[in-house]
Amino acid sequence: MSNTDFVLAIEDLTVSFDGFKAIDALTLYVDRGELRVIIGPNGAGKTTLLDLICGKTKASAGSIKFKNQEMTRLAEHKIVRAGVGRKFQTPSIYENLSVFKNLEVSFPQGRSVLGALGFRCTDEVKERVQSVATEIGLADALDTEAGLLSHGQKQWLEIGMLLMQEPELLMLDEPIAGMSVRERELTADLLQRICKGRSVIVIEHDMDFVKRIAHKVTVMHQGKILAEGSMEKVQADPKVIDVYLGH
Amino acid sequence: MDAFKSWIARSGTGSILLLALLIVVVFPLTMDIFRLNLVGKYLTYAFVAVGLVMLWGYGGILSLGQGVFFGLGGYMMAMFLKLEASDPEATKIQSTPGIPDFMDWNQLTELPLWWEPFRHLPLALIAVVAVPMVLAFIISFAMFKRRVGGVYFAIITQAVALILTVLIIGQQGYTGGVNGITDLRTLLGWDIRDDSAKLILYFVNAGLLIGVIVLCRWIQMSKLGTLLLAMRDKEDRVRFSGYDVAMFKVFAFVLAAGISAIGGAMFTLQVGFMSPSFVGIVPSIEMVIFAAVGGRMSLVGAVYGALLVNFGKTYFSESAPDLWLFLMAALFIGVVLAFPNGLAGLYESHVKPWFARRKAPKAAPAAIEPPAAPPPAPSHKSAPPATLPGGVQGQSA
Amino acid sequence: MSFDEIYNIALMQGFAGLSLFSVLLLMGLGLAIIFGQMGVINMAHGEFMTIGAYTIFLFSSLTESYAPGLMQAYFPVAILAAFLIAFGFGWLTEWALIRHLYKRPLDTLLATWGLSLGMQQVFRSTFGPKEVSPTLPDWLMGSWSPSEGLDIPINGLFVLALTLLVTGGVLLALYKSRWGLRVRATVANRPMANATGINTKRTDRLTYAIGCGIAGVAGAAFTTIGSTGPTSGSLYIVDAFLVVTFGGAGSLLGTVASAFGIAQTQSIAEFFLTGSMAKVLTLLLIVTILMIRPQGLFASKIRR
Repeated sequence: MSNTDFVLAIEDLTVSFDGFKAIDALTLYVDRGELRVIIGPNGAGKTTLLDLICGKTKASAGSIKFKNQEMTRLAEHKIVRAGVGRKFQTPSIYENLSVFKNLEVSFPQGRSVLGALGFRCTDEVKERVQSVATEIGLADALDTEAGLLSHGQKQWLEIGMLLMQEPELLMLDEPIAGMSVRERELTADLLQRICKGRSVIVIEHDMDFVKRIAHKVTVMHQGKILAEGSMEKVQADPKVIDVYLGH
Repeated sequence: MDAFKSWIARSGTGSILLLALLIVVVFPLTMDIFRLNLVGKYLTYAFVAVGLVMLWGYGGILSLGQGVFFGLGGYMMAMFLKLEASDPEATKIQSTPGIPDFMDWNQLTELPLWWEPFRHLPLALIAVVAVPMVLAFIISFAMFKRRVGGVYFAIITQAVALILTVLIIGQQGYTGGVNGITDLRTLLGWDIRDDSAKLILYFVNAGLLIGVIVLCRWIQMSKLGTLLLAMRDKEDRVRFSGYDVAMFKVFAFVLAAGISAIGGAMFTLQVGFMSPSFVGIVPSIEMVIFAAVGGRMSLVGAVYGALLVNFGKTYFSESAPDLWLFLMAALFIGVVLAFPNGLAGLYESHVKPWFARRKAPKAAPAAIEPPAAPPPAPSHKSAPPATLPGGVQGQSA
Repeated sequence: MSFDEIYNIALMQGFAGLSLFSVLLLMGLGLAIIFGQMGVINMAHGEFMTIGAYTIFLFSSLTESYAPGLMQAYFPVAILAAFLIAFGFGWLTEWALIRHLYKRPLDTLLATWGLSLGMQQVFRSTFGPKEVSPTLPDWLMGSWSPSEGLDIPINGLFVLALTLLVTGGVLLALYKSRWGLRVRATVANRPMANATGINTKRTDRLTYAIGCGIAGVAGAAFTTIGSTGPTSGSLYIVDAFLVVTFGGAGSLLGTVASAFGIAQTQSIAEFFLTGSMAKVLTLLLIVTILMIRPQGLFASKIRR
C-alpha cells in the first residue's frame, strides 16, 4: 500500500463473522481536519467499522493506515496512543468518580503501571482538565459524581475524556442519541469547534444533525460504501434513496 | 491544619492508626502469649484478605487460589527452617543424616538440588516473595493478555490450587506430603518456639501488616488505584483511553500474591509448621470470606474480617462444631445477599451517620446534611440497628 | 507377555478411560446446563450429586429392611427419585438464592459455596460423618468377560450406559423441546425472549432445577463405583468446572468432547505415572491449554 496524505486510509478492509462479511472490501479515506459523517441503515457495518479502526475487532483482511502507520496489527491501547480516540454508543464513563477524576484519568500521562503509581496531578493537568471541562460545558460540575449527570452531560463528558487525550482522529458513535433538541444544538457546536486541528468521524442517524455538521458524508450498506460526497449529492443519489426507502 | 485534617480523613489514616493501636498496643497488653500467638496466626490470614481487597474489591478480579501464594510463601520459609532443624547432629539417627526427616522416611539419600538455595536465609527470604510473584505473573499475564477474566479466572486459579495441593501431597519425599513440613525449631539459632520469640514475631508480623496496609492505601490513592476502580466498572473505556488494561490486572494479581506470601511466611514462623491444608481450594475460599466480611473495599476491614471470622471459628469449633459450618454458610450467603460491603459497609451506613447525628445538634447550621438523611435520632437510641434496609445493596455498584 | 495379553490390557485400559469419561461427563452435564447455558457458577453442584448418592443409599437401606424381595428392582426407581429430589431442591435454591444474584456472577460463587458448606453439614448431621455405600443389586456386581483374560466391570458399563442415555436426553431436550428452545432463546437474548412471551424467570428456575436433577442422577450413578460421604461432592467440583470450561462453556458437544479428552489423557497418564502425578499432569495440561485458548475447545465466534 502506498503512503498517502490522508490521516486515515482504509483499503480493502474485510471482516467476517462465521462467514458473514460485516465489512466487505471497504476503502475509505479521511482528510486532515475533516468532519466525516457515516450514515446507513441498521446493520450496514458502521459500528463494526469503528471497532476495526480502534482495534476492538480484528480485521480478516485489508489495511487501516493512520498517519501512514498500519493499525490492523496493533493492540487497542497502542492505537489510542497513536492518536485515535473512540466514543462508544452508550455513554461510557466512570460513574463512581467525579467529573474531575474522569477527565484526569484520561490525561495521557502515567499510562504504564509504574507511571500510574508515580503520577501526580500537577498544575498542568489541572489546567487541562479545567479547559476541557469548559469546552464541554461541565466546568461547574467538576466535583459532581459522574453518575449523577444527565444523559447529555454524560455524552459530553465522554467526549471531554477523549479530548484530554488530544487525539488526531476522533470517532463518535451516535453522540446525540437520546439528547434533547437544545443538547443537540450544543453538541453540533461542540463538534464544529473540536474538529479544528483534528479529524472527526461521526456515526449518526439524525439527518438534520448530519446536514448541520458534516463536511462529507459516507453512506454504508451491507458492509460496503454505497455513496460518498456532500450531503446534497448523497441525498440525491438514487441508490441511497432506494436503500433508505426500502425496496 | 485543615488541609492536614482533610488529608487524614481522605487517606483513611485515622482508621489505620486505630487498627495499629489495637493490634500493636491493646492486644499485647490484654492477652497472654498463647492467645497473642493465636491472634498472630489470624493476622497472617489478614495479609491474604488485604491482598484480596486490592485484587477483588479494587480490581474486580476474584481469585480462588490465594492459598497457593500463602502456602508457597509459607513453604519457602518452612524449607529454610527445616534445613536448619535437620543438621547432621540433630538427625544422626536417620539412615541419611543431614536431610529433613520426611525425606529420610521416603528413602531419599540426598537433598534435592532445588532445596539447596534454602540453606541461606537471604535466598530463602527472596524466594518467599519472588517465587509466588513470578508464578502469579505467569498465570495472570497469560490469562489477562487473552482477556480471560471474571468467572473463568476464578476457575483457573482454583485449578491451580488443586494442582499444587495434589502435587505437594503426592510428592511427599520432597514436600513432606499431607503432614507438611513440621517440627521447625530455630531461625539462625534463635528458638522460635520460645515465648519471647513468639512475642517478637507477633510484633514483626503486626508491623509488616500495617506496613502492607499503608502501601496498599498509597497505591489506592495513586492514579493506579483510580484506574483499577475504573477498569473494574468500565474496562473498555480504560482500554480505549490508552491503557494496557491487562498489565494493570497483572500488577494487582502479583501484588496480592506477594502480600499473601508474606503472610504465609509469617504463619510458618509463628505457628511452626506448614501443610497443604493451607494451600487448597477450601482455605483459599475461606480467605475470600475474610475480605468479604470485613468489606471488600476496605483494607482495614479485611483485618477485622479475618480476626472476627477466625475468633468465631476457634470459639465454635471448640463449643459447637456442628453449628460452625452452618454459621460459615450463613456468613457466605448473608455477606453476599444482605451486606455486600461487609463490616466496613455497616460502619459507613450506620455507625458513621449515627455519630454524625449525635454531633449534628451542636453544629447545626454549619453541618451540611445530605438531603436524603433521616431526621436526627433521639439520643436514647444507643446502638445502630442490627438489620439493614434493602437500600444498602445499591452501594455494591 | 503375549500379544493377547497386551491386547486385553489395552482394551481394559481403554475401558478404564471410557469409564472415567462417563463419570466426568455425568458430572459436567448438569453444570454445562447451569454454568454453560445460564452462566451461574454453582459451587454447590457437588452437593447436589451427593444428594443423589444419599438418595440411593436411603432407598437401598429402606428396601433392605422393609422389602428385601425388591432388592433387584429398587435401583432404577431410586435413580428417578434422585433426579426428582435434587430437582426439587434445586428449584427451591433458585427461588431462595440464585435468582437474586444473576447479575453478580462472582457473588453467586461465594453464596453457593456457602450453600455447599451448609449442605455438607446437613449430610453430616443426617447420615453421620462416615462414608456409606448402598447395597447394590446383584446384576450390578461382577464383571463381564467376553473372552479369556478380559474383564469389563459391569458397574462401569452401567454408568457408561446411563451417561449416554442422560447425554442423549439432554441434547434432545435442549435442541428439540420447547424448554430447550426457551432456554436457548433466554441465553441468546433475555429481553427479547421476554418480549416474545417467554417467561424467562420460570425458564431460569426450571433450567437450574433440571441441572441439579442431572447432578442428582450423576451422584446416584457414582454409588455403583465408590462410597459417599458428606464432603464427597467437594471432590468433584473442580473437575466438573474444568470439564465444562475446557469444552467451551455454552457448547454441550464441547463438554462431551472435553470429558472424553480429559478422561483418556488421565487414564493413559495413570498407566505410566502414579495416580497423583497423572492428575497433576492432566490438570496442568488443561490449565495450559485454557491459557492459550481461553474460550475452550468449542466456542462460536460472535461480534462482541
